[in-house]
Amino acid sequence: MAQEIDVELVHVTKRFGDLTAVNDISFQVPRGSFFSILGPSGCGKTTTLKTIAGFEEPDEGDVYIGGERMNNVPPNHRPVNMVFQQLALFPLMTVFDNVAFGLKMARVPKSERKERVERVLEQVGLKGLGDRKPGQLSGGQQQRVAIARCLVLNPTVLLLDEPLGALDLKLREQMKIQLKQLQHQVGTTFIYITHDQSEALVMSDRVAVMNAGRLLQVGAPDELYTNPQDPFVAAFVGENNDIQGTVTGLHGDHVTLDVGPFQIAAPVHPQMTVGSRFHNFIRPEKMVLLPPDTGRTEPTNQVPGLIQDVIFDGAVARAIVELTGGQQVMVLVTRTSDAPLPVRGEAVRVAWEPRDAHCFPLE
Amino acid sequence: MKSLHRSGGPRQKSRIPWDLVIPLIPLLLWLFLLLIFPHLRLLMLSLMKRGQKSLAEGGIFLGNYLKPFQDPDHLFIRVFIRTILFSLINTLLTLAVAYPIAFYVAKVVKGMRKFVLLVLIALPYYISELVRVYAWMNILRETGFLNYLLVDVLHVMSQPVEFLYNTASLFVVFVYSSVLLMLMPIYSSLEGLPDEQLQAAQDLGAGPLATFTHIVFPSSLPGVTAGFILVFMMNVGDYLIPNLIGGKNNLWVTEMIYNRFIVSTNWNLGAAYSLVTLVLTTFVVWLGLRLTGQTLRGVFSEQ
Ligand SMILES: Nc1ncnc2c1ncn2[C@@H]1O[C@H](COP(=O)(O)OP(=O)(O)OP(=O)(O)O)[C@@H](O)[C@H]1O
Ligand SMILES: [Mg+2]
Repeated sequence: MAQEIDVELVHVTKRFGDLTAVNDISFQVPRGSFFSILGPSGCGKTTTLKTIAGFEEPDEGDVYIGGERMNNVPPNHRPVNMVFQQLALFPLMTVFDNVAFGLKMARVPKSERKERVERVLEQVGLKGLGDRKPGQLSGGQQQRVAIARCLVLNPTVLLLDEPLGALDLKLREQMKIQLKQLQHQVGTTFIYITHDQSEALVMSDRVAVMNAGRLLQVGAPDELYTNPQDPFVAAFVGENNDIQGTVTGLHGDHVTLDVGPFQIAAPVHPQMTVGSRFHNFIRPEKMVLLPPDTGRTEPTNQVPGLIQDVIFDGAVARAIVELTGGQQVMVLVTRTSDAPLPVRGEAVRVAWEPRDAHCFPLE
Repeated sequence: MKSLHRSGGPRQKSRIPWDLVIPLIPLLLWLFLLLIFPHLRLLMLSLMKRGQKSLAEGGIFLGNYLKPFQDPDHLFIRVFIRTILFSLINTLLTLAVAYPIAFYVAKVVKGMRKFVLLVLIALPYYISELVRVYAWMNILRETGFLNYLLVDVLHVMSQPVEFLYNTASLFVVFVYSSVLLMLMPIYSSLEGLPDEQLQAAQDLGAGPLATFTHIVFPSSLPGVTAGFILVFMMNVGDYLIPNLIGGKNNLWVTEMIYNRFIVSTNWNLGAAYSLVTLVLTTFVVWLGLRLTGQTLRGVFSEQ
């Protein structure tokens, strides 16, 4: 299946003085997909997007849009449009004029302009608000004007820089769904930036995880969650427990990790030698709580601990457990049976299968 | 304002809202001592005959107000029109010089360099206007620096020329002395325009010219109008530059007023000339705002 690629970055690097904001990044965005770039604040997301939009020229590497090399093509000649982190609506123009601006620049005749603006305003749910100034709209409405202003131009690719950042939690949840639906409806390729991993997981077909200017992993949300290729991805995408230790024994299909107060079994990593230090990540839902005195030998790893806290959340609860030696882990307790929830101060054993863990070398 | 009044609630017994009045005292003093009082005095003077002691003594006399329009050769009217016209041209020239500088400092330069540039631009204005005008006289006169440069250094001319006392020199020095006043309001309105808006315009397909006409200029318009009014009023009311640089052929309305007051020591007539000038100039500004579809309130308040 030869998928068409709308945007491709090849070994792109961008420096600001001594700071390398974007460091040797390569990725491909398939046509019509919802592609997210996920990373903590300051990791270079906006800079990456601006090299695609043309506001920053890469110091090294190439940017392709629709198969054409875009280096040194000015922003007004690129078939992409950008929704800015600060929205950047034109405050002196009405909503209608804001949305019509791009069409006016493209010298679209007035009657067609009116028709297209009204259609897109309806699409984003702003029908009848065309005469207002941006200052007279709510945050969520302004945000939709910013999107409508780009969509009306039928861009090959729409770039969105944390457009939900300024909204409150409830509106954000709502807009998440709406954005995803809108993308389905118009079929435009979306490149979406966020530092909120749940936003990225909910909306995207593919997610690129960035940290400190580097691209760590690109994959479907499910893939990033179940098969992280990097300790940062493991820790940043979803909740995870990181139990670190030293390799003391290699046994073919598994290894022994000495954590200090206790020893555990862990999966094999090609770089493991006796004495090397490793991360060992286990998802909260892969851990179970057992009574302290049970004779069960399954799952393989069992570490005694004390319940510190139980965070109840309807169908599930999260237990914070302090393991022997003091490290805290989070365990997901699903309420399938009528078994009572653990209580604070209760002695338990935290158990998991070694193969459910992911190991990465410690720096 | 309403909410402010209400907030004075607990101190009801004093009646006078001191928390509102006290901060206003400097403003009221300034308004009264420097604006209202002198102009009332001028108004009284202008309504009396020469030598009359008070309004009560001889009654109101309107003859002074007819004088400006009865000058031989319509001198006042011609001088007034020239003053207005030259001030307008000069204000436009100043705008043409100041706008690119304001744009460059506000939107192109970043960080420390911006600060240094602003200081450098403002620095000459720490010196008194008189000294700056003398400096220009020194440059432009027949034995001045410009002639030295053109005749002795570059040899483009064989004879020194008197650059002073003509309309061109008047404009050069006028523009020079007005630039800061035009630049500052434009700079501050451009400074408030986020770079993202320029990028957004460009992203939506606007080239540099379209970005300027649709985004940059409209958002700097309040600054342009403020600068325009300030410079225009300053130019009309200037005395030093027309007198020292403009020469005999460029009589300014202020010089006429000066002549009435000091040369012919007719204070009553001088007062009438001043007030007529004030009213006519205000009318010109009002007309200008009307013709460009603006309001004073829009210019001096946000947006
Ligand atoms: N014009 C610039 N000049 C100098 N440094 C810059 C410039 N733009 C960005 N940087 C730096 O580059 C790094 C990456 O910035 P960028 O704006 O891409 O981060 P981001 O991932 O978008 O962060 P956020 O989530 O906070 O928006 C930061 O350290 C930032 O300070
Ligand atoms: Mg950013």
